[in-house]
Amino acid sequence: MAKPGTPLFLERGSYRQRRMMDAVKLIAILGAGLWMIPLLWPTAEPGTAQAVSLSQALLYVFGVWWFLIAIAYVLARNIRDMPEQSDETEAM
Amino acid sequence: MASLNVLVAVSLAYVFLLFCVAFAAERAGVQGRAGWLLRSPLVYTLSLSIYCTAWTFYGAVGYAARSGLEYVTIYLGPSLVIVGWWWILRRLVRIGRSYKVTSIADLISSRYGKSNGLAIVVTVMAVIGVTPYIALQLQSVTASLSIFIAAQHGSLAESGDAHAAGLWISVGLALFTVLFGTRNLNVNERQHGVVIAVAVEAVVKLIALLAVGVFVVWGIAGGVSETLARIDASSLGTWQMNGSRWAALTFVSAAAFLCLPRMFQVMIVENDDERYLQIASWAFPLYLMLMSLFVVPIAVIGLDLLPAGSNPDFFVLSLPLSQGQEGLAMLSFLGGFSSATSMVIVATLALSTMVSNHVVMPIFLYLRQGGATQSGDVRNVVILSRRLSVLAIIGFGYIYYRASGGSGALAAIGLISFAGVAQFLPAMLGGIFWRGATRAGAFVGLGVGFSVWVFTMLLPSFGPGAALSVDTFANGLFGLGWLRPQALFGIPGLDPTVHAIFWSLLLNGVSFVLVSLMTFPQPLERLQGAQFVNVFDHSGQTRGWQASVAESEDLMIMAQRILGAREAQRLFQAEAQRQGRGDYLPEPTADFLQRLERELASSVGGATAHAMISQIVGGSAVSVQDLLAVADESAQMLEYSSQLEAKSRELSQTAAKLRHANAKLMQLSDQKDAFLSQISHELRTPMTSIRAFSEILRDTDGLGPLEKTKYANIIHVEAIRLTRLLDDLLDLSVLENGQVTLNQQSGSLVDVLDQAVATAEASEARSIAIKRRRLEETVTLHTDLDRLSQVFINLITNAQKYCGSDTPELQIVVQRAGDSILVDFIDNGSGIPVASREVMFEKFSRIGAEDAAGAGLGLAICREIMTRLGGNVNYLDGTGGTAFRVTVPGRQALAAQ
Repeated sequence: MAKPGTPLFLERGSYRQRRMMDAVKLIAILGAGLWMIPLLWPTAEPGTAQAVSLSQALLYVFGVWWFLIAIAYVLARNIRDMPEQSDETEAM
Repeated sequence: MASLNVLVAVSLAYVFLLFCVAFAAERAGVQGRAGWLLRSPLVYTLSLSIYCTAWTFYGAVGYAARSGLEYVTIYLGPSLVIVGWWWILRRLVRIGRSYKVTSIADLISSRYGKSNGLAIVVTVMAVIGVTPYIALQLQSVTASLSIFIAAQHGSLAESGDAHAAGLWISVGLALFTVLFGTRNLNVNERQHGVVIAVAVEAVVKLIALLAVGVFVVWGIAGGVSETLARIDASSLGTWQMNGSRWAALTFVSAAAFLCLPRMFQVMIVENDDERYLQIASWAFPLYLMLMSLFVVPIAVIGLDLLPAGSNPDFFVLSLPLSQGQEGLAMLSFLGGFSSATSMVIVATLALSTMVSNHVVMPIFLYLRQGGATQSGDVRNVVILSRRLSVLAIIGFGYIYYRASGGSGALAAIGLISFAGVAQFLPAMLGGIFWRGATRAGAFVGLGVGFSVWVFTMLLPSFGPGAALSVDTFANGLFGLGWLRPQALFGIPGLDPTVHAIFWSLLLNGVSFVLVSLMTFPQPLERLQGAQFVNVFDHSGQTRGWQASVAESEDLMIMAQRILGAREAQRLFQAEAQRQGRGDYLPEPTADFLQRLERELASSVGGATAHAMISQIVGGSAVSVQDLLAVADESAQMLEYSSQLEAKSRELSQTAAKLRHANAKLMQLSDQKDAFLSQISHELRTPMTSIRAFSEILRDTDGLGPLEKTKYANIIHVEAIRLTRLLDDLLDLSVLENGQVTLNQQSGSLVDVLDQAVATAEASEARSIAIKRRRLEETVTLHTDLDRLSQVFINLITNAQKYCGSDTPELQIVVQRAGDSILVDFIDNGSGIPVASREVMFEKFSRIGAEDAAGAGLGLAICREIMTRLGGNVNYLDGTGGTAFRVTVPGRQALAAQ
């Protein structure tokens, strides 16, 4: 519920800012999800050939890391000039 | 060996350099120079890097050599926390800055009603949890030193030498911390020397680890693809992961990142600007990623090249040594040394703040009860207690290191510490997100979590038979099978670390929530809870103190003792200025007391500051009434603004009404003027002819009888016209004033119409054919029939007079519409122009000037009469001729039936 007195809709610039903030909120969840994917991988058991090799695992984990850093960098640049505001206002 | 001496010399030079840098930064900070560097997001991010201790620097490689990729979870958790800074860190930083929080113990105690008991519990838990970690740092430095020595002498050094080295390192660290870490009493003011030294060390350890990594990948293995191939070919070559460990360690590292006292210190307490978090949100994960990038290659190559049985914890050091790269090894040693020392310095600082604010100061105040107003500088006491705490904590670490004998893998000790401090998580997160969290809940949650942690993780870590008997391991505490330290509730098979983390945090969280749900918080707790949880809504002040009893002078004396004379005077003068009291002491208003408490809190912690003020103010600071008042305040604001809104709406409505009324009045005034001029004209015309003809009759001799009769007749006609006009005016004025008395009687519409038609035909010369349907007219009415008849007569004579047709014809149609009766008078004339329709019911309005006989009052009278009768008369459009509709209200009609 929007509080009385807060606008229900925003103009384009502020709207973009809000969506950037949404992205900031979601990126950690995305990262957690990506880093929990290795739990699904087959583990090395004697006689099975399809276990993921350590180098592949390494590349995956660090790839996700780079990816998150890049997104965080882009988002941080975009919301740098963000005006001070309450996070509980729900205007769209 | 020269090399060892070189190492010692380089180390000493490095330490000397750090002292110089710290000293220079301290000087610059005091003089207000170099603020761009001292307060930059870069330095903030680098200071976060104390997360990477010697455990990271040495232990990660050892960890990787033992368990493959699992080591990386320790860095994934913090990366997620800081990338998702919006969720938790932003809130923590805002709370920390708004309420001048000095440590995690201060945060938790402030949130739960400034409870010093809670602060002591958190402090003790933190000391117990972190001491092994400090010992770990000492151990890693001495061990790395002994590896150097072993490489030179071919054998391990005497353990006495290592212990001596450990002692000297401890002394050096204590000296540094005391010198640069306890200069300011105000914890929120950065300790510039320490911060810069930590930042320099962060750079050194990163460069050192990257240098070793680059050397291993390109120097030994010969490139990236070769390295990857060697990784796959090694014994670690495939993905072997216990899923529960992967998830649990990621989680516990994230929790520890938030809860570790040293992380809290650099991340929350020393944060200057919330926007630094945005920079750190990508820069710190980058740092962590770089720190862990070369860990696996170093581990794999180390396992390959070094003799079996060498300690993988020190591959970072022994690998370059074995390759004869002494310079690189030295850099690596400095990196490890940096990691260890920066962690010890900051952790000790954070802990000493907690110990002195929450343990020493309350005891000191208690011992000198009522002495808060005594003169004398308490700052010395605070600083002294902080310095002693530093020495004590480093001493504890050293004793632990000596007692544990430097055993155990680095990673295991680090994890124990992480899980210990992670027990703060439920109380902390609950405190900042959930208003229902209570002090009792926090106490119980922390107690339960900590007990379970001690029982399942800390004590078993010493090995079976050491702290817990073998029998306890096998059969449970007191022989109770469900109390086995590594299989609680009879669920075996879990990894011991996961087991401990899972059960301690689960039981911690559950008991915290349950007790919070069942207990009722005290007023101050509720107040603080609302403030912390809603920190973004109103960073306003807590109103708390009923200050009338407080003496400004006592407050001044006390503030001087904590803040120092100059600072306190500045604060009091500013407040006096604000209150407009000039050079006098300010009134101790609730506002001022609140601000003063916050200033004090930044030096001695929230609970102690609260206690000190309450010593002077006396009694409980908050009542339920105050609490409700605070809650009401915002509600009142809302209500007030909505009232204002309503009022302004009402005002604009009233203004519109007034404008309307004004316009109407203007119109009425115009009408009155028009009426007056009209009426004088109407009266003047007959009067003029009467006067003229009567003068002729009087003055002219010799008038014939025919002429006399003619003139007298004219006078007579004009007099009649005048009388009629006056009658009409009188009639209208009576009607308009509402003084008319209606003569209610019952009768048939047919009779009324008959009478009206007869009268109209008798009075006018011109005849008109009238068409009626008498059957429809048989309606019984109960109204003033004479008046209604007057209206009908008027309409019929109008038709007779003004119908322009050659064969004039009037149709009278009666119909029912709901309860009302509609009587339409429709002639076959030319109708009335649209422009005239607006005004034809006004007084003296005449359509067309050709006939001057009427005064233009007829229709006005009709309308007035019908309004009095509760009906209406209006012009009817679209009939082809002139048509009027008389609406006789149904009440009268119905009443007659």
